[in-house]
Formats: sequence, structure tokens, C-alpha cells
Amino acid sequence: MSAHFTTRRGFWTLGRREAVWAYLFLLPNIVGFLVFTALAVCVAFGLAMTEWDLLVPPRFNGLANYQKLLTNDPVFRQVMGNTAFFVLGVVPLDVVCSLGLALLLNRPIRGMALYRAVYFVPVVTSLIAVSIVWQWLYHSDVGLINYFLTDVGLPKVNWLGSTEWAMPAIIFMSTWKAMGYYAVIFLAGLQGVPEHLHEAAQIDGASAWQRFWKITLPLLSPTMFFVLVISIIRSFQVFDQALIMTRGGPANATMTIVYFVYNNAFVWFRMGYAAAACWLLFIVIFAVTAIQARLQKRWVHY
Amino acid sequence: MAVAPRAGALDLARASHRSRVLRERAAALVTHVVLLVGGVAMLTPFAWMVSTSLKRPGDVFAFPPEWIPSPIQWGNYAETWRSAPFDHYLINTVVVSVSVTILDLTTSALAAYSFSRLRFAGRDRLFLLYLGTLMIPGQVTIIPNFVLMKYLGWTDTYLALIIPPAFSAFGTFLLRQFFMSIPYELEEAAKIDGASYPRIWATIILPLSGPALSTLAVFSFMSQWNNFLWPLIVTSSNNMRTFTVGLRFFVDEYSTKYHLLMAGSVMSILPILVVFVFFQRYFVRSIRLTGMGGT
Repeated sequence: MSAHFTTRRGFWTLGRREAVWAYLFLLPNIVGFLVFTALAVCVAFGLAMTEWDLLVPPRFNGLANYQKLLTNDPVFRQVMGNTAFFVLGVVPLDVVCSLGLALLLNRPIRGMALYRAVYFVPVVTSLIAVSIVWQWLYHSDVGLINYFLTDVGLPKVNWLGSTEWAMPAIIFMSTWKAMGYYAVIFLAGLQGVPEHLHEAAQIDGASAWQRFWKITLPLLSPTMFFVLVISIIRSFQVFDQALIMTRGGPANATMTIVYFVYNNAFVWFRMGYAAAACWLLFIVIFAVTAIQARLQKRWVHY
Repeated sequence: MAVAPRAGALDLARASHRSRVLRERAAALVTHVVLLVGGVAMLTPFAWMVSTSLKRPGDVFAFPPEWIPSPIQWGNYAETWRSAPFDHYLINTVVVSVSVTILDLTTSALAAYSFSRLRFAGRDRLFLLYLGTLMIPGQVTIIPNFVLMKYLGWTDTYLALIIPPAFSAFGTFLLRQFFMSIPYELEEAAKIDGASYPRIWATIILPLSGPALSTLAVFSFMSQWNNFLWPLIVTSSNNMRTFTVGLRFFVDEYSTKYHLLMAGSVMSILPILVVFVFFQRYFVRSIRLTGMGGT
């Protein structure tokens, strides 16, 4: 039997045997992958060209969904604008705060592991739970944040109830949630910056500020690129915070693309329309990432 | 005569050394202060959450706010627990997180072995397809998968909560990268001794991959514990909800009863915090390795 399996003649050559085992190993994962990812992507593509409410059979309508989204849906336009506002607000904040934090954590001080753990706690907790707390912190009358503001003589702000403050409030909270996460990535990058470069520059009389701009930042640029890409992709998908804290309001001021998709697909059951909106989200993310990949050659030093 | 200048130089060196030590101490102090103030700010929302969860309903809206509740209302937790099926939320979340983690780990480890060690037609192209889908936002596949769950009759069951999230291209990718770094010699020796592929996988590859497997396990568990959108859309009865989804409807129902909302939030956070405290380094490593996961 075993002689038969290992012989090079006949059907069961060594290579064939290896390939069969390879497919067997692959099988459990690939079935799930093909159904829930590959097939799903194809179905989503087809679905986006239909009108379908889950009750009557889907009706093919070509590119009508995309056309309506792009030219004839003021809410979608507003939603795109809101999401862009969120991304433009949260990404620079994430980068600056988490880089600053990483620089502090990178210093040879005692208790660094404890500090890192503290800043990491918001990262491991669910967005839903922390959104509930932040909604309470932002309470316009008795919220803790407004109390701090009045304590230092500033007027109370109607954080989540006003169109101009609702999105900034969500941005601020999102940075609090994510900065520990990006700081860990920056920290890994910082530990790759060789100490002797700093020492050499210090002997040459470079100030800490100069060393940061001339040594740390250029050497950190691959990490910076990575953080930017991840942070932008994730920010475009913002949803949970808005659902819990503002329900997309007031006056749709915090309605985001994913929220729009959620409403259309799972509240109003406009499956085709929602699928088309998903693809537009994908195209935006893909385009921004592609542009970044193109631009990185100018500023990322490997 | 010749000694004096040398002593002067020594003094100078000492002084400069002392000033450098002083400067370093000052810098360390400033760092501590900034990190401490920032750390307090990071934890304030959690402290406020716990504080509110222990207050009497009438004290919640006190202004200026009081940090220490008096009297401490431990009963709020019992009341919260009774106000919604939190026992179901807890059990569902544990069952889903543990099952998905085990399935994800098993199927990913099997597939990753195939992709990293075995030769077969179309291997690299297939792996590229896996990689390519990592870029597509999850929302794109959520609608067709929801429709599929409806057709299979899986909505509102554990099947819908567990099966679709259990096959991640991401886990396969992560483990493949790790398996590639395991030296071939070990495997060759086992092969000469006549070990089969499953045996090599189980007795050589897996035992050497402890750190990578733990990292994926912690990552997978955390993502599932905190997952929201998928369980939100595939569950409809209150008893099938996970913690995050249950909390979302709890907020709708008890929108102004902040003491109960906070108690519910604390209950949902505690288990994952305990996991975090024990497996902290794996959380950190999962991010370093991949830059993905968590939210």
C-alpha cells in the first residue's frame, strides 16, 4: 500500500499526492472564502444593477442606481461630504496624537508598559459601549465635558444637538478611541530608528526639534505611510459612533456613507441601491489609496 | 602646577555630566507628567461610566457632577441585568466569539500550511485572490451575505452569527507569513521518517507557531466580541443578540436612564478587559504584525 503511494509511476506520483493534500488542507477555508467573499463580491456587483426589496424578484435596471446616487440624491451627496469631513478631521488628529504619544512612550522611562496599557484600553473596548459613554459625556446640560468647560469659564456647547458641533464631537471621540492603536504601530517604527544617528547629530549640535524633523520623521516615513493608509480606509467606514451618539442627526449632519448603506439596505430594504452605494464607497477608498501609493514615492524613504 | 588645569578639566567634565543627568531627569519628569495627565484623560470616560453606573437615578443629573456616588447603588447592576436579557447577550457573545476564533484558527492554519509549504497548480494566483479581497471593505459583502442567510433560513440563528465571519482571508495571510519563516529542515527530517502531511502540520508546524496562533486568536476573539454590524443585521429576536447589538437596543429603550446604560456598558466591557490584561502582549503584537484589526 505505502509502496504504491510513494512510487513515481502510476497515478499517485509524489507531486500529485502533495497537490491532493494541498487541496484538502485548503478545502475548509476556501469553501468559506469562495462563498462568503468571492461569490458575495460577484453577487454584490450584480445586485447593484437591480431594484430589489427582497419581496418581489429583483428587476435589472443597469446603471440607474449609480446614476441616481451621483446625480439625483441630495442625501447621498451630503453623506459623501460628511464622510469626507470626518476623514479630513480624524486622520490628521489620529496621526499627530498617536505619533506624539509614541514619541513619549519611546523614551527610556519606568512604567512604560503600564502607560501603553492605559492608552490601549479604549482600543480593545467596543465602539458601541464607548459611544454610549461619550454620548453621556457630551450631554448638553449636565455632561462632564460641558462641566469642565463652564469650570474654566467657557460657555456650554450643544455638542451632539447642533449641526456644527456634532461631527467634530464624533471626530474627537474617535481619535480618543484610536490613538493608542496607531501609537503602537508608530512605536514599532520608532524602535527601528537607530540610536547612533541621534547621538551623532547631538554631538554635531542638533537640537531635539531638528533631530525629530531631520532624522526621526524621514526614517519613520514608511510607518507614517502605513498609518495614513489604514487610518483613511477605516475612517471612510465610520458608522457605529454616529448610530449610537447622534442617529445620523441633527439634520443628517452626521449621516455617513455606511450609515446611508445601512438605512437603505436594512431599514428600507432597497438592496440594489445600497449595494451600488457600497461600490461607490469601495471606489473612493480604492482611489484614495491608489493616489497615496503614487504620491508616496515623493516622501517615503525606504 | 601641572595638576591644577587637569583638576579644572575634570571639574568641568563632572559639571557637564551632572548637568546632562539633571537635564535627562527633567526630561523624564516632563514625560511622566504628560503621559500621566494624558492617561488620566484616557481613563476619565471609563471612570465616569463606573461612577454613573453606581448612582441613584436622581443623582445622575447632579450639576456640578459628583464623582463618588453616595450611597453606592450596586443594585443598578441587578436592575440592568433584569431589564434586558443580558444573560443571553453574554452567552451569545461568548459562544460566537469562541466558536469563530476556533474555526478561524483551524481553517486558517490548514490553508496557510498549504499556501506556504505545499506545491500545487494555481497556488500563487489563488493566494493573490485572497490578498486582493483584503482590500474590499466589509460592507460590500455584507448585503449579499445577508441575502444568503435569508435564503438558507439561517437568520436569527447561531449559524448566521458564526459561519460567515469564520473564514478570514486575513488569518490565512497572517499565518502563511509566519509559516514561511519556519525552517524546512525540520520538515524534511520528518518526511524522511515517513510522516504524513497532516502529521507534520500537527506535530511540527503548529507547535512552532504558538506566538502567531495566539496573536490570531486574540485578534479574532477581540474582533468578534466587539463586532456590531453583522450581528445587528442577522439577528431579530432579543434572545439571539450579542452584547453590542443588545446594548444598541437597550439605549433606545432606556435613553435617559444613564445609570442603567452605564451599568450595561460596564458589563459588556469587563470580559474583554480581563482578556486584555492577561494577553496584552498578543494584542500589541497583532497590531504590530498586521496593522489591522480592532476598532
